[in-house]
Amino acid sequence: MTPLDLARVETLWVYLAADPLLWLTVTLAAYVAADRISAALGRHPLANPVLIAVAFLAAILLATKTPFETYFQGAQFVHFLLGPATVALALPLHRHWPIVRKAALPILAALLAGAFTAVVSAVGIAALFGAPYPVLAALAPKSVTAAIAMGVARGIGGEPSLTATLVIATGILGAVMVTPLMVLFRFTDWRARGFAAGLAAHGIGTARAFQVNPVAGAFAGIAMGLNGLVTAALVPLILTLF
Amino acid sequence: MIAALTLLLACQLAGEALARLFALPIPGPVIGLALLFLGLRLREQWRPDATPIDELPLGAVCGVLLAHLSLLFVPAGAGIVRHAGALVAHGPGLIAALVISTALTLVVTAFVFVRVAALVDSAPEN
Repeated sequence: MTPLDLARVETLWVYLAADPLLWLTVTLAAYVAADRISAALGRHPLANPVLIAVAFLAAILLATKTPFETYFQGAQFVHFLLGPATVALALPLHRHWPIVRKAALPILAALLAGAFTAVVSAVGIAALFGAPYPVLAALAPKSVTAAIAMGVARGIGGEPSLTATLVIATGILGAVMVTPLMVLFRFTDWRARGFAAGLAAHGIGTARAFQVNPVAGAFAGIAMGLNGLVTAALVPLILTLF
Repeated sequence: MIAALTLLLACQLAGEALARLFALPIPGPVIGLALLFLGLRLREQWRPDATPIDELPLGAVCGVLLAHLSLLFVPAGAGIVRHAGALVAHGPGLIAALVISTALTLVVTAFVFVRVAALVDSAPEN
């Protein structure tokens, strides 16, 4: 390649790297590849499409030294769809409403037990390791959807951006762990399995539940919504103990 | 198709407006979810013989969005690169808290659900 060509390639890269089109395309391509890998491995829990796509993108962003803000200029179009997708959860809830209504008591009991466990165990373990208060405050709402978690963390003196990272990490961990754990403890009720996934791992757990079973998906969506409300009320109360 | 997407966005918009108007701690899309759900229930009450939602464009649009819910978390997930340092800096405590707490929450939630369901005789319908 002559020096002129190299200069052209550089100019092209400068143009592309700043263009939303490139990073939107890369985001979709990373997901398509991740989804194919996940499907080829029979939807094995470890082959989680979010985990694989994020690993690809992280490697690409680091290798090209692309700032996250530049990347997000393109990726925001995908990110934006989280809002309408959350509204869309009304459909499976409506479709399975007769089953949901009959399960009102188990839902309520599991909601309270799960929400309490999520907050107390996370804050308790981190406190044992000597984590300072701002970290505990950022960690406490880790199981709920990012919009609620960041608001809760800010309200009690946690760093919202650390919370966002902890929320995503929890979501991926929960989506990866839910199937092996449910099999290990022989929980076969799809309602319980879905509800646990949505409660512990918000939207990413809900995405996993929809991958596995439609009833599990509907119950995951309910758990995600309800746990957001309960955790927002619970975290400030529990944090006064630490 | 476009009408269905517009309906979803309108529900979200109404949710955002209500959340701000009444200073609710609930995100707009979650209120939008509740609004759409309410609408779907009312529709079934008033017009029980109307076309099932799943056969309408709304069913198709929601189906596509929810089938690829994983994709929508990818941009936020990539944001981890910004804060991976912070995760590691806080040492094994934070990682241990995340892993153990998430596993414990999954098991406790499913366990309580199954036990209470057995008590009130709410059978799984799979």
